[in-house]
Amino acid sequence: MAATKKEPVQFVGAGPLNAPISGLLTWVDQRFPLMSLWRDHLSQYYAPKNFNFWYFFGSLAMLVLVIQIVTGIFLVMHYKPSAAEAFASVEYIMRDVPAGWFIRYMHSTGASAFFIVVYLHMFRGLLYGSYRQPRELIWIFGMLIYLSLMAEAFFGYLLPWGQMSFWGAQVIINLFDALPLIGPDLSTWIRGDFVISDATLNRFFAFHVIALPLVLLGLVAAHIMALHEVGSNNPDGVEIKKHKDAQGHPLDGIPFHPYYTVKDIVGVVVFLFLFFLVVFFMPEMGGYFLEYNNFIPADSLKTPPHIAPVWYFTPYYSILRAITEDFMLVLMIGVAAYVALIWFTVRDKRIGVAAVAIGLVVAVLMKGGPLAIEAKVWGVVMMGAATLIFFLLPWLDRSPVKSVRYKGPLVKGALTVFVIVFLVLGYYGTQTVTPAGTLISQIGTLIYFAFFLLMPWYSAMDKTKPEPDRVTM
Amino acid sequence: MIKINKLLAILLLAPTLALAAGDSVKLDRAPINEDDQASLQRGARHFVNYCLNCHSASYMRYNRLEDIGLSKQQILDNLVFTGVKVGDLMKISMDPIEAKNWFGATPPDLSVVARSRASADGSGADWLYTYLRGFYRDAERPTGWNNTVYANVGMPHALWELQGEQVLAERKVQGAGFIKTEMALKLDKPGKLSPVEYDRMVTDLVNYMVFMAEPVRGDRKTIGMFVLIVLGLLFILTYALKKEYWKDVH
Repeated sequence: MAATKKEPVQFVGAGPLNAPISGLLTWVDQRFPLMSLWRDHLSQYYAPKNFNFWYFFGSLAMLVLVIQIVTGIFLVMHYKPSAAEAFASVEYIMRDVPAGWFIRYMHSTGASAFFIVVYLHMFRGLLYGSYRQPRELIWIFGMLIYLSLMAEAFFGYLLPWGQMSFWGAQVIINLFDALPLIGPDLSTWIRGDFVISDATLNRFFAFHVIALPLVLLGLVAAHIMALHEVGSNNPDGVEIKKHKDAQGHPLDGIPFHPYYTVKDIVGVVVFLFLFFLVVFFMPEMGGYFLEYNNFIPADSLKTPPHIAPVWYFTPYYSILRAITEDFMLVLMIGVAAYVALIWFTVRDKRIGVAAVAIGLVVAVLMKGGPLAIEAKVWGVVMMGAATLIFFLLPWLDRSPVKSVRYKGPLVKGALTVFVIVFLVLGYYGTQTVTPAGTLISQIGTLIYFAFFLLMPWYSAMDKTKPEPDRVTM
Repeated sequence: MIKINKLLAILLLAPTLALAAGDSVKLDRAPINEDDQASLQRGARHFVNYCLNCHSASYMRYNRLEDIGLSKQQILDNLVFTGVKVGDLMKISMDPIEAKNWFGATPPDLSVVARSRASADGSGADWLYTYLRGFYRDAERPTGWNNTVYANVGMPHALWELQGEQVLAERKVQGAGFIKTEMALKLDKPGKLSPVEYDRMVTDLVNYMVFMAEPVRGDRKTIGMFVLIVLGLLFILTYALKKEYWKDVH
C-alpha cells in the first residue's frame, strides 16, 4: 500500500523507458515531496518574463558556490593544515597531484569570481529596488551570505601560508587588538596564540572547510526559499502577481523551467568561458587573484614592504585607512550636520531627541578628551559599519518606485557616484599610503556613507516617472 | 594646527616615499622563449651547476625535467650529482643555519622565485634577468659584491668568473635639454664570456627558472585552448536552444 494517496507520475519523452521511469518517480513521490518541490521551485515557479543581463548573477553565484565546494573537497585531500607543511603541500598540489594545478586554479579564481558575481548581483538589487517590500528578508539573507562569504574568503586566504596570507591575517586580527578593554585578549583568543601560528592556521582551516560552508549553504537555502515565497522582482520593479490569468498564473510570468533554465545555461557557458580564460591563461590575474608575495613562504620575521588585502576587500580597507586622527574632526562635523538634518526635517520630535542624544554620545567618544576612542578604533568601526549599512537599505529607500528606470536624476546620480566611489576606494586600497590617496579615500568614505544615510531624503524628494502597470520587454 | 600636523606627516613620510622610489629599478625585459627546449635544457644545466649548491628547489623533482625533452637517463647522467633518485626533489645538503652565518641570510628556495619576484615593475623573469646581470664590485660589502636591483644583497656574484667584474661608474647622458650624470654599470674586468654570451646564458637560466616555477604552464595553455573552443561551440548550441524555447514568449 502506498504511503500517501497521490496521483501517479506520468513521465513522457523517454520512449520505451516511460513506464519504468514513471513507476520509479511515482514510488518516490509517494514517500517524498518530489513532484511538489519540482513544481514549486521550477516547473510552476512563475518568474517575470522581462529579466535582463543583470538577472544572470544569482544562478551564477550558485554555480560558483558549487565549484568552490567541489574543488575544495579535492584540495583538502592533499592540503596539509600545518605551519610546517602548508606551503609545500600547495606546491605539491600544483606539481605532483594529477590535475592538482587545475583544481587549485579553479578554487583561487573561483574565490575572486564569487565576489565579482556577488557584487554584480547586489548591484542588480540596487538598480531595481529588489530589496524593497516585500523582499526585505531576501535582502537580509543575501547580506548575511555576503558577510559569510567575506569571512570564508578571509579564513581561506591564510591557508596557502604565504607572506600575504600571514601578514594579511596579521593586519586584520590586529584590528581587534585596537578595541578598548577586551582588544588584546580578544585577538589572542582569535589567534589561539600570541602570534599567528600553527594553532591559528588549524582553526582557520576548520572555519574555512566546515563552519562557514555550512552557514553559507543554509543561508543560500533561506535566500531562495524567501525568494520563492514572494516571487522575483524584475527590471520594471512592478509586481507581476497583480495581473493573473484564469488559472491564477501571473500574465507577465513564465515558468522558471524550461524558460529560465535554458536561458541561464547560456549565461553559465559565457561565464565559464571567461572563468576558464583566467584559469588557463592568467591564473594570477596580474597579481590580483594570486598575489606575487604569496609565493614566498610565511615568515614572521620579515614584514613585506606593502601589505595589500585581496582586491575584494580593498574598498573597506581604504575606509579603514582613511580614518586618521585629523579626520576625526571632519567626521564629527558630519555627525553634527546629520543630527541637525534629522532635528529639522523629521516631524516626530522623539526621533529628533534620540538623534541628538546618540550624536552627543558619538561626539564624546570621538573627541571627548579622556573619554575619546582613538582614530584607529574608529577606523575599525567605520569599516564594519560600511559593510553592515547595506542591511538598512530596505528602510532607507523612500522612493515611490522601485526600479531605477522610473527614478529621477537624484537617485540615478547618487547611485552612479556611489559605484564610482566604491571602485575608487577599491583602487586606493590596493596602493601604498600616500597623502593624496588618503585624502581621496577620506572624501570617498564621506560620500560612501552619505549615499546611504541621506537616502531617506533624496529618494523621497526625487522626481520619479510613473511605473507602468505591466512589465515592459 | 591641523595644517602643521599634515605638513609634519608629509615630512615624516617623505623619506619613505624617496625610499620607495629608490626601490623600484627599471627592469630589463627578459628575452625568454618558453617553447625553446634547447634554451630550457641549457638553463637547467646552468641551474644545477651554479645555483643548486647554496639554493634548493625543494618543490621541484628532477624527473619533471622530462617535460623539457630530457630522458630519465639523460637527467641522471648530466644533472644529478648527489646520487639521489630521479624522482627526488632538488634539495641541497647545506645547513640553513650555517648558511645564515656565512651569508647573513639563508639562501631562499628557488622553486617559485620566478613567480614571487613579479611586481608592477615587471615579470619575475625580468627581475631575475636584471638581477643576475646587476652585480658590481663594492668594497664596503662583506662579500665584496653589491647589486643594482637588490641593494646590499647577501649573495655574492656566483657567476663572476663568467661575467667578469662590473663596477658602478658615473656616466653622462643627454637629459631634456641638459647633460645629466647617472650611475651605471661598467664592465671593469672581462670574464670568460663576452657580454652578449653572458646575457644569453642568463636568458637560458631565467627561462628555466620560469619553467621550474610552474612546470605545467605550457600544458595549461594547450588544454585551455581546447576548453575555450568547446565552450564556444557549446555557446552556439545553448543559444540556439534558448532561442527555440523563447519563441513563444512575448
